[in-house]
Amino acid sequence: MSKLEQFLRSRFAAALAAVLVGFAVSAVVLAAAGFNPIASFAALFNGAFGKPKYIANVIIKATPILLTGVSVSFAFKTGLFNIGAEGQYILGTVLATIVGVKLNLPMPLQVPIVLLSGILGGAALGAFVGWLKAHFGIHEVITSIMCNWISFYLCNYVVMSDTFHKPNSTSALPVSPSSYTMILGNWKKSEAGTEFLAGIPWLREILLKTDLNYGFIIGILVAILISFVLTRTKLGYELRAVGFNRDAARFSGISVEKNIVLSMLIAGGICGLAGALTITGISPHTITLLAAMESYGFNGMSVAFIAACSPIGCIPSSILFASLIYGGMTVQQVMGAPSDIINIMIGTIVFFTALPGITPLLANMVARRRKERENIRVSKDGTPLPEKEV
Amino acid sequence: MFDNLILLIGITLMYSTPLVFGALGGVISERSGVTNIGIEGMMVIGAISAASASYFTGNPWIGFLAAGICGALVALLHAVASVTFAADQTVSGVAINMLAPGLALFACRLFFDGAAMSPIATKLPKILGETGLAGTPFANLNVNVTTVLALLFTVIMWFVLYKTKWGLRIRAVGEHPAAADTLGIDVYRVRYACVLLSGMLAGFGGAAMTIAIISQFTQTAISGHGFIAMAAVIFGKWTPFGAYGACLLFGFTQALVIMLGGGNFVVPSQILSMLPYAMTIVVLILFVGRSVAPKADGVPYIKGSR
Amino acid sequence: MEASPDYAVQMHGILKTFGSFTALDRVDLDVRKQTVHAILGENGAGKTTLMNILYGLYQADEGEIFMSGNKVSITSPTEAIKHGIGMVHQHFMLVENFTVTENIILGDEVCGAAGVLDMAKARKEVMALVNEYGFDVDPDAKIEDITVGMQQRVEILKALYRGAEVLILDEPTAVLTPQEIEKLIEIMHDLIAKGKTIIIITHKLKEIMQSADECSIIRRGVYMGTVDVKNTSETELASKMVGRNVNLTVEKTPATPGDVVLSVRGLTVKDERGIEQVRNLSLDVHAGEIVGIAGIDGNGQQELVDAITNLVKAESGTITINGEQIQNTTPRNTFLHSIATIPSDRHRWGLVLPFAVSENTVLERHADEEFGAGLTLDYDKLRAYTTKLIEQFDIRPSGCEDERMSGLSGGNQQKAIIARMVSAAPNMLIAFQPTRGLDVGAIEFVHKTLIAERDRGAAILLISFELDEVMDVSDTIAVIYHGQITGTFAQGTVDENQLGLLMAGGEAK
Repeated sequence: MSKLEQFLRSRFAAALAAVLVGFAVSAVVLAAAGFNPIASFAALFNGAFGKPKYIANVIIKATPILLTGVSVSFAFKTGLFNIGAEGQYILGTVLATIVGVKLNLPMPLQVPIVLLSGILGGAALGAFVGWLKAHFGIHEVITSIMCNWISFYLCNYVVMSDTFHKPNSTSALPVSPSSYTMILGNWKKSEAGTEFLAGIPWLREILLKTDLNYGFIIGILVAILISFVLTRTKLGYELRAVGFNRDAARFSGISVEKNIVLSMLIAGGICGLAGALTITGISPHTITLLAAMESYGFNGMSVAFIAACSPIGCIPSSILFASLIYGGMTVQQVMGAPSDIINIMIGTIVFFTALPGITPLLANMVARRRKERENIRVSKDGTPLPEKEV
Repeated sequence: MFDNLILLIGITLMYSTPLVFGALGGVISERSGVTNIGIEGMMVIGAISAASASYFTGNPWIGFLAAGICGALVALLHAVASVTFAADQTVSGVAINMLAPGLALFACRLFFDGAAMSPIATKLPKILGETGLAGTPFANLNVNVTTVLALLFTVIMWFVLYKTKWGLRIRAVGEHPAAADTLGIDVYRVRYACVLLSGMLAGFGGAAMTIAIISQFTQTAISGHGFIAMAAVIFGKWTPFGAYGACLLFGFTQALVIMLGGGNFVVPSQILSMLPYAMTIVVLILFVGRSVAPKADGVPYIKGSR
Repeated sequence: MEASPDYAVQMHGILKTFGSFTALDRVDLDVRKQTVHAILGENGAGKTTLMNILYGLYQADEGEIFMSGNKVSITSPTEAIKHGIGMVHQHFMLVENFTVTENIILGDEVCGAAGVLDMAKARKEVMALVNEYGFDVDPDAKIEDITVGMQQRVEILKALYRGAEVLILDEPTAVLTPQEIEKLIEIMHDLIAKGKTIIIITHKLKEIMQSADECSIIRRGVYMGTVDVKNTSETELASKMVGRNVNLTVEKTPATPGDVVLSVRGLTVKDERGIEQVRNLSLDVHAGEIVGIAGIDGNGQQELVDAITNLVKAESGTITINGEQIQNTTPRNTFLHSIATIPSDRHRWGLVLPFAVSENTVLERHADEEFGAGLTLDYDKLRAYTTKLIEQFDIRPSGCEDERMSGLSGGNQQKAIIARMVSAAPNMLIAFQPTRGLDVGAIEFVHKTLIAERDRGAAILLISFELDEVMDVSDTIAVIYHGQITGTFAQGTVDENQLGLLMAGGEAK
């Protein structure tokens, strides 16, 4: 097998091809709509990486979709489709807000409790969907979507409720400041902090102009932990066995029902954590009235698919998507092209990751051409070449 | 009381209509063995196409047709992925559900100066005209023409599926594609046709929302309707009339939301809005184990592997 | 051989490759008109591939096909049908929730205007065929409600309805009772008399001797010649098929049964539709004894095994292992009571195909401390353990610990399952269709292992749809019919005909 073939058969090539097709399709759509694609992509890149604070914002944007991506990947590796990441994320934000508003403990207690509330919210919703699947055999995709909308309206209900509504606004009350998880949150605003930062402009820009927080680091740790669970533990072994072949797992004494619920519980918990980290990490530190789905869950699915559902792979892929989403806003400002072009691009990328055959197909073509060349060589000098494995 | 009952029936019929189109799309696609989770996305595309075409031409029927054509075009993507490439049909459907709203909003902003909703478009007529039955207690039964079309399509689909050779072949392909293949039936062609038809019907469903119930495209015009329609397919045991009945039930819950929301009930509107979704889950719990999907539903057919 | 009008079908120099694998290496086949021509070969020898080429499901890379001396090109089943070829596949190609008539007319429907079905006329046409050939088939019955033998007749009718002159039957007797096989042979001879030509694909020697005029042998994709059945013997056919002298009998010493290990009493099990599949069944298996259950597929075998392995609930009755009741608990509990089961469908129940071979060997035992402390799983220990099993059971290719299970051949996959089950040294071993789809060598291995386990002192319950296997391997033979044991015999005290009658619900003479 030649190096090119090997590359074409790798997962990375498949991901790269999908991204390229995504760009190509967007370019066609942009051009058809009368915008210059090259200039648009330049604006996109500039908007994502042009300034230190942009990069910081990309990382902030990447945090929730890294976690929802890890959640979707984890579920997929165990044979389940967590399309409910969106709802679990929302429920995470709702519970984190409720607990964060009601409690005001010292930070070392407050932060874990608020995060845990979010995790529990997402986990409960995930487990509910898992239970419906395990005990009634209802496809998780439909129930998840229903739960997404129920969470959506529940969020709006909490925002508008007498207890939590912030008067004259479309949001709920912010959580207690002891829940915040920004990097150097207190220090950077202190006198010593501002003085120190005055000497380092780029750091000052990042810390003071953005809500850079610990979320992405936590996300990376979760990705590593989930990867370890899947590949190095008995639990991961059982979950994957159930995912690959439910009947064989049941036959060999593994409880299929328990593992489905457990898998969705964990997947939901990760999304809940993503929601909670949004509340603790970035302003306005509360939930606001939702007009449409915010797509943290759906973008998480894109992150997962392009990473071939590898939790570790979600780390770079979340950065990729975050830069597309964040940079995409600039496209609208600079070019006047609707920023929804990014959703078209992301949708296209996911669609092409769903087609398993494209890059292997190319690899086959390469192999065939090489074979043909070799055949020609054979006929020219008359001696057959030693058989190579294809 | 009587007025309320008539109103309830009228609203039920109105809100079930987009669902019926979506569910019929689900029935035809799944009967041929292709799961179509992308119904939602195809409805969104239908919704924007109908509103834009109707707005620009002033003729809602052109809008309706445009919705069907654009829905079918999106379905073509799903057909290529799931039939030709034997891709994971769930992933492909999900991708379409991501792609479609982006495409719809992009088009909307492009057509209407960056707005996320379309201007008011010309609506399809009601069956008895705008003033039919006006003033009588039955005014609310003057339903949209789409409501009648939905019923008509249901009857036609039932007839085609159970009384014609095409239907026999579609059902055979969904149950046992290899058997159909050995008898010279082109499994791929049947599935392509059914998926395209499914997209067309879903597109009509989107149109039934944006140029019959409301009169413009908004971001939330289609919000989970495609998925509720899929639940209706299961609840309706993959039959046209079953799905129709299930959609009436879901339309009824939607009507309840509206009726109760307008009254003096203490239930907050956000909680009421959850009702159709919660109802879907309850219905699925009660019925899912009892209805059997077509055997080859969701399984790609690869020639030569049996 | 020259193309000649005396031959219904001639296939010359057929070459077919899949990737780097040569399935058929320039195979010849000449089938005389109005004869029964058998194609003999082991599983995987290429006989079905050859027939799929004739039926247009595959295209040959090289080679020519002649019918009645004329060269034909068959690129799809539609063309095969046009040329008068009909095929009855081993796994029936019937839509289960369609009626007999619907299945027969599918693809060649009887229609009025605009594609509207004319079912009354279709039914009449089907009835005419049924009467002409004297088949006992109800045209309005749904496929899922009729017996396997009837389903097979529907398949034959499908071909006749399309005007088939040449009928290909792929392993037609695999699922039939001896009596049904006799009936099928009658039907075959009747069809020959009516001018048809029949090709049967089989690896069963006895049937060839009973039914065929000529027999072509294929070994690993290579044509080994054609013999006149009148002038040959089973042993000669067997050695031609396998390529070495084979011992057709299973060698074992008489059993020395010990205490009762498995005792089933009054067991009733319903299937998911709520129909009783096992009815008040009682059965004992002793240590050091092989009890074989003979029966036709669908008479409660699956449900019996599922109940013992606790995959389904028992309605009533008890299942006792060494004095402890285990019914209505969990599959895990069955395993903990030292019952190991070789499942009937290894891909569905036995293996996680995308898992590595080493991951598959510990499906029951991954939680043991032996394979990792606490919550972790130590893949090095899995691998070391698997290496031992690979050597002990000769699983090939050697060194396949990290390869995906899906990459192994069927025989080696089955070996992996048997290794996993036997390595636990169970008190009770259930073998459900343990040789399904295996070649002669692998079958010998499975039978030897079962007997070795018996001699170790394990109780063995063998359930098979192959009557010969049950008769050869078992010490005690029980017949299951309609969810009940209808007869129990010591090996050697009963013949095939008696068992066949019981299997079909008759009384033993």
